Amino acid sequence: MLKIENLHASVDDKSILKGINLEIKAGEVHAIMGPNGSGKSTLASVVAGKEEYEVTKGSIIFNGEDIEDLAAEERAHKGIFLSFQYPVEIPGVSVTNFMKTAINETRKAKGLEEMPAKDMLKLIREKSELLEIDRKFLSRSLNEGFSGGEKKRNEIFQMAMLEPQLAILDETDSGLDIDALRIVANGVNKLKSKDNAVLVITHYQRLLDYIVPDFVHVLYNGRIVKSGGKELAHELEEKGYDWIKEEVNA
Amino acid sequence: MSKYTEDDLREELKTKEYEYGFYTDIESDTFPVGLNEDIVRAISLKKGEPEWMTNWRLQAFKSWKEMMEPEWANVSYVKPDFQAISYYSAPNSKPKYDSLDEVDPELLATFAKLGISLDEQKKLSGVAMDVVVDSVSVATTFKKTLGEKGIIFCSISEAIKEHPELVKKYIGSVVPQKDNFYAALNSAVFSDGSFCYIPKGVRCPMELSTYFRINQAGTGQFERTLVIADEGSYVSYLEGCTAPSRDENQLHAAVVELIALDNAEIKYSTVQNWYPGNAEGKGGVYNFVTKRGLCEKNAKISWTQVETGSAITWKYPSCILKGDNSVGEFYSIAVTNNYQQADTGTKMIHLGKNTKSTIISKGISAGRSQNSYRGLVKISPNADNARNFSQCDSLLMGNECGAHTFPYIEAKNKTAKIEHEATTSKIGEDQIFYCNQRGIDTEKAIALIVNGFSKDVLNKLPMEFAVEAQKLLEISLEGSVG
Ligand SMILES: Nc1ncnc2c1ncn2[C@@H]1O[C@H](COP(=O)(O)OP(=O)(O)OP(=O)(O)O)[C@@H](O)[C@H]1O
Ligand SMILES: [Mg+2]
Repeated sequence: MLKIENLHASVDDKSILKGINLEIKAGEVHAIMGPNGSGKSTLASVVAGKEEYEVTKGSIIFNGEDIEDLAAEERAHKGIFLSFQYPVEIPGVSVTNFMKTAINETRKAKGLEEMPAKDMLKLIREKSELLEIDRKFLSRSLNEGFSGGEKKRNEIFQMAMLEPQLAILDETDSGLDIDALRIVANGVNKLKSKDNAVLVITHYQRLLDYIVPDFVHVLYNGRIVKSGGKELAHELEEKGYDWIKEEVNA
Repeated sequence: MSKYTEDDLREELKTKEYEYGFYTDIESDTFPVGLNEDIVRAISLKKGEPEWMTNWRLQAFKSWKEMMEPEWANVSYVKPDFQAISYYSAPNSKPKYDSLDEVDPELLATFAKLGISLDEQKKLSGVAMDVVVDSVSVATTFKKTLGEKGIIFCSISEAIKEHPELVKKYIGSVVPQKDNFYAALNSAVFSDGSFCYIPKGVRCPMELSTYFRINQAGTGQFERTLVIADEGSYVSYLEGCTAPSRDENQLHAAVVELIALDNAEIKYSTVQNWYPGNAEGKGGVYNFVTKRGLCEKNAKISWTQVETGSAITWKYPSCILKGDNSVGEFYSIAVTNNYQQADTGTKMIHLGKNTKSTIISKGISAGRSQNSYRGLVKISPNADNARNFSQCDSLLMGNECGAHTFPYIEAKNKTAKIEHEATTSKIGEDQIFYCNQRGIDTEKAIALIVNGFSKDVLNKLPMEFAVEAQKLLEISLEGSVG
C-alpha cells in the first residue's frame, strides 16, 4: 500500500530525513519508535504532504502511484490520514461542522453528492459511541480548550469518521489516561481490517499492548536503523536507545 | 434629442413645465451632471414633493455648501468631483409593477448571481420586499398583510406624500441635515429609499427586506431610510446590496435613521456587497454612510452588518441611548481584500440611566487592504450605571494587509463600567495544513476559519441572511491566498 524509498527531506535547507525505506502492506500494523527529534513527526508530515518540507530525494508510492506532486488534500482524498501529535485549534468551527466539511469535500473530490444530513447524523452517533465521546462535546469549537487527552480522542474520532486506508497515529497515546488509552486503542482495533493499515508513532510499549504491531522500526537521526517484530518494542522499553545508538555509531 | 444642458433645465424650471419630468423620450431619465439649488429644487419637484420638503432639502444644500469633506478616516482616495455626478436617475419603466414578472430581467439576473433570485426570496416564508432599483421603488410585496396590522412599509417618496405628518416629525431628528458632509449632501439630493412605521404594540410578523443596487454608471446613489417603531413594537429589517461590476468610481452616500420609542425594538441587518473594484484596485464604490438610531425608554436597537464590498467604506452605525434602561448593540463583520479600505465601527452614546451597549467587531483583512475599526463609547454625566462591553477582533491573511483599531472612550460618570477586549490573529499555516489533511482544500479551509472567526456575528443575522452572508464571505476572499 505504502512504499517509501530512499526518502530524503529537509526544511529550510536543514536535512531531517536522510534515506528512509519503509514498506507497509494492507492489513499490517507498523510501529515507529525513536528518540526525540529523530524525525518521526517529520516523516508523518512528509507522507501527508506538508508543503514546508521539501523532498530532496527518493519517492513515496501510495497504491502504486507516486504521490509527490499531490497536494495534502488530494492525499487525504486518497485515504491517507494523520492523527496529529499537536492537534490545531480552529476557533468558532464545531467538531461536527468540521467533520461535515471534511467528509463532503472528500466526497466532492470523488464526484459524489454531499452526504445526506440523516446519514451524517447516524455516522456521527455511531462513531461517537465507538469512542465514548459525549455528543455535547461535538458542538464545541475544534480543539479549542480541549484537554490534551480530549484532543487525542477527537483525532481518532475523526479517523473513525473518515475511514482512511492508511492511518498514521503520531503519539496518539501521549496525554491519554489509562481508560482513554484503552477506549482509543479499541476504537483503532475495531476499524482495522485486511484492507487498511496503521502506522503508529509512539514512545511507549504500553500502547502496543493494545494495538499489536506486526513490525517495529527504530528511527534515529533521520534513518530507520533497526526493524523487528513486536518484541523489539519490549527490548527498547527495557534498555532505552543507547545500545542502538552505539550499534549505529560503531 | 440634443444634449440637455443646465440652461435648458433652468428654462424649464422657470416655465414650470416639468410635471412629468425631463428626458421623457429617452430610456432612462437622468439629470444632467452637477449640483446647484436648481437641481435640488428639480429633484423635489420631479418627485412631486410638498413645499416643506423642498425647503428642507434646500436648507441641507445650504449647509453642505459650507462644509468640508471629512479627512480623519484611515482611508485615502481621490475625492469625488461632486459637480461631475448626476443626482437623479429613475428606472426606464413605469414606476410601479404589479407583479415581479414585470421587473427588469437584468435585475433578476443580478439577484441570480448572488444566488437570491426574487422568486426564491418570494418563496422564503414571511419576507416582504421593497426593491429599490436605482433610486426608485419598483416592487412591493406583502403589503396587504402588513397593512392589516397598520404597518406602513413603502418608499420614502410615497411616505412624504401619504404620511407627511410622520416624515415631517422624524426625518432629520436623529441625523440632522448638517450632521456631516455626506449626510448633508444626502439630505439635499436623496432620490429614494424606504420608510417603515410600526404602530404601538405591534410585532411585525415578517422580516422586512430591501435590496438596493446601483444601476447606472456615473449615477450617485443617495438612499434615505427612516424606520419608526412606535411604543412597544418590534421590527426586524434587512438591507442587502449588490452592484454589477463596473470600472469607474461611484459614490454612495446613504442615510438611515431609526427611532425606537418607549419599549420598542428594532433589529437592523445589512449585507453590503457593492463592487469593491478589481484586483488592481481600480474602480469600486465609495460607500459613505450615516446610520444612527435613537432609543427612548427601555428601547433596544441592534445593528448587524456584514460588509464585504466597496472600494472605500466609511460607516459607523450608532445608537443614542437617550431613554433610561435602553440598549444598543453593534455586531459587525468587515472583510477587505485586494486594495479595499474600510473604516467602520460604531458610536454608543449613553445619555439615560442603566443604559447598556455591546459592540462586537470582526475585521478580516487580506491582500493589500486596510481595515480599521473606529468606535466611540460616550457616557454622559447623567448616565448612571451605564455599561459597555466591546470586543474587536482582527484576522489577517498575508503580510501586506493592515488591521487597525481606534477605540475612543469618554466616560463622564463614575458609575460607568466599560470593558474592552481586542485580539489580532493570523490564519496559521498549521491550521490550513490541518484542514488540508482532512481533505479540505486551502480556499475552503480559509472560508471555514473565517466563518468560525465571524460566528458570533453571523449568529445574530436572521437565518436566510446568515446563509447568504457566509456565501459572500467566501466569494470576497476568493483568490486571497497564493
Ligand atoms: N519546521 C521545522 N523547522 C526547523 N526544524 C524542524 C522543523 N520541523 C522539524 N524540525 C527539526 O527536525 C527534527 C525532527 O523533528 P520531528 O518533529 O520530526 O521529531 P520527532 O521524532 O517527531 O520528535 P518527538 O519524539 O519529540 O516528537 C528536530 O530536530 C526538529 O527540531
Ligand atoms: Mg513528533
